[in-house]
Amino acid sequence: MADTIHLEISRYSPEKDAAPYFESFEVPFRKDWVILDALNYIKDKKDGSLTYRWSCRMGICGSCGMLVNGEPKLTCATFLADYAPAPVRVEPLRNFPVVRDLVIAMTDFMRKLQRMKPWLIRNEEKPLSEGEYLQTPEQLDVYKQYSMCINCMLCYAACPVYGLDPLFAGPAAIALAQRYNLDSRDEGAKDRFPVLSQHDAIWGCTFVGECTRVCPKHVDPAGAIQQYKLTAALDWFKSVLLPWGGK
Amino acid sequence: MKSPASTPAYTLNHPRWYRKRVSTYWWLQRWEYLRFVLREVSSVFVAFFVVTTLVQLYGLSRGPEAYAGFQNWLKNPFVIALNVVSFFFVVFHSITWFSLSARAMVVRIGGKRVPGALISGSNYAAWLVVSAVIAWFLLRG
Amino acid sequence: MEAKPSQLRLEPLLWILFSAGGVVAAFLIPVHLFLQGIAFPLGWARTPDYTTTTALVAHPLVRLYLFVLCSVPLFHFAHRIRYTLYDGLQIKHLNEVIAVCCYGSAVLGTLVAGFLLWNIH
Repeated sequence: MADTIHLEISRYSPEKDAAPYFESFEVPFRKDWVILDALNYIKDKKDGSLTYRWSCRMGICGSCGMLVNGEPKLTCATFLADYAPAPVRVEPLRNFPVVRDLVIAMTDFMRKLQRMKPWLIRNEEKPLSEGEYLQTPEQLDVYKQYSMCINCMLCYAACPVYGLDPLFAGPAAIALAQRYNLDSRDEGAKDRFPVLSQHDAIWGCTFVGECTRVCPKHVDPAGAIQQYKLTAALDWFKSVLLPWGGK
Repeated sequence: MKSPASTPAYTLNHPRWYRKRVSTYWWLQRWEYLRFVLREVSSVFVAFFVVTTLVQLYGLSRGPEAYAGFQNWLKNPFVIALNVVSFFFVVFHSITWFSLSARAMVVRIGGKRVPGALISGSNYAAWLVVSAVIAWFLLRG
Repeated sequence: MEAKPSQLRLEPLLWILFSAGGVVAAFLIPVHLFLQGIAFPLGWARTPDYTTTTALVAHPLVRLYLFVLCSVPLFHFAHRIRYTLYDGLQIKHLNEVIAVCCYGSAVLGTLVAGFLLWNIH
């Protein structure tokens, strides 16, 4: 095994550059190193101006999402050994504006997530004296998968619809809306419905399925979206066939 | 102490973000995207099948000569080649549809979720049975 | 951006038709296409003759089956191709035109199927 590996990192400085370009770095190859280790080595020893996001380095904070050889990955969970000896290309996440080097602007996602009202909505809050909201393991199981989202936005980088239509709400936002819709403690499904049943939300999704494939936490946002389409369609059916029926 | 009249104007610093334009050929840039577009294009061959069936029914309604004329058209090598391609696309549609519908449906039995493989598997089994029944109808006469 | 409310009353129905068409196409079309488009023309099996086919199609249930086979998949095609044109070719400014052409052709096909199967004898 060679003792170094070649990395091609996308660089962009808004003050100096018109567009991103690739810069090559030779990094020590260690079997247990991940891309993030290589980036940290470059920043420590080679070029301190390299800019990127990272935090927990264990796949739970969702900060270090980047494109590795064109594939959205968490760089703290992607081993150099899987790519050696060929050069590894590291770029910022697709479909987001690049702020600097490997850092993208995530304002759009944050706005869309907020629109989904990702919190428990109750018609009436129980007073503290009445204790907690109880939930069985079966009730938890219904939405648990969708609660695993770490907001890493790899799914947005993978989704071609989000790339083509910047108004599209995107996989994670809709999956998180579903997480709350399916939560037995939540009573806000009817509040989220007008936001979700839109052309730039669930109806814009064409079930490419890439979001589910790249998700590091196995949230399956594509599945969540299709299931909500079914819910919305059945709701529509009921409202058409039984317009006088109450909800 | 600054007087209000001489407060300097301050412009918020906003660096120039780089936004990459999505190419018209985005679907050729990754194999996964190409496979998705091929899956969507399979619907064209579905429509092609419906149109040829309608033409066949029209021929049937016009009489034995028109019907025979249509059967002859089907024997044209170009048409057969087109139908072979259509067949592959239509089967591709079926296979992708079964895996899609397994993920789109949540079936719960006794509080536990039925695994996707079981849903796909039962779809394939039903596909086999239905195809056998249709084949029996078409082959017996 | 909020879509027109009338559009969203239609979208769930269009998705239901798309799904139904996908199911019909997935289960029924492969065997039909294989026999009618490949096996019979190539002589691998005997093509049903005119009298047998007419007798088969005369049955009202067969006509209903053929109507479903020739109508719902058209809506599956229309919905899918509409989105493929919208996303794939990025011709969003023609959105309404594309939608009308796609679903219009499906409605037309359905009417033709209904007319043919009603009048066949």
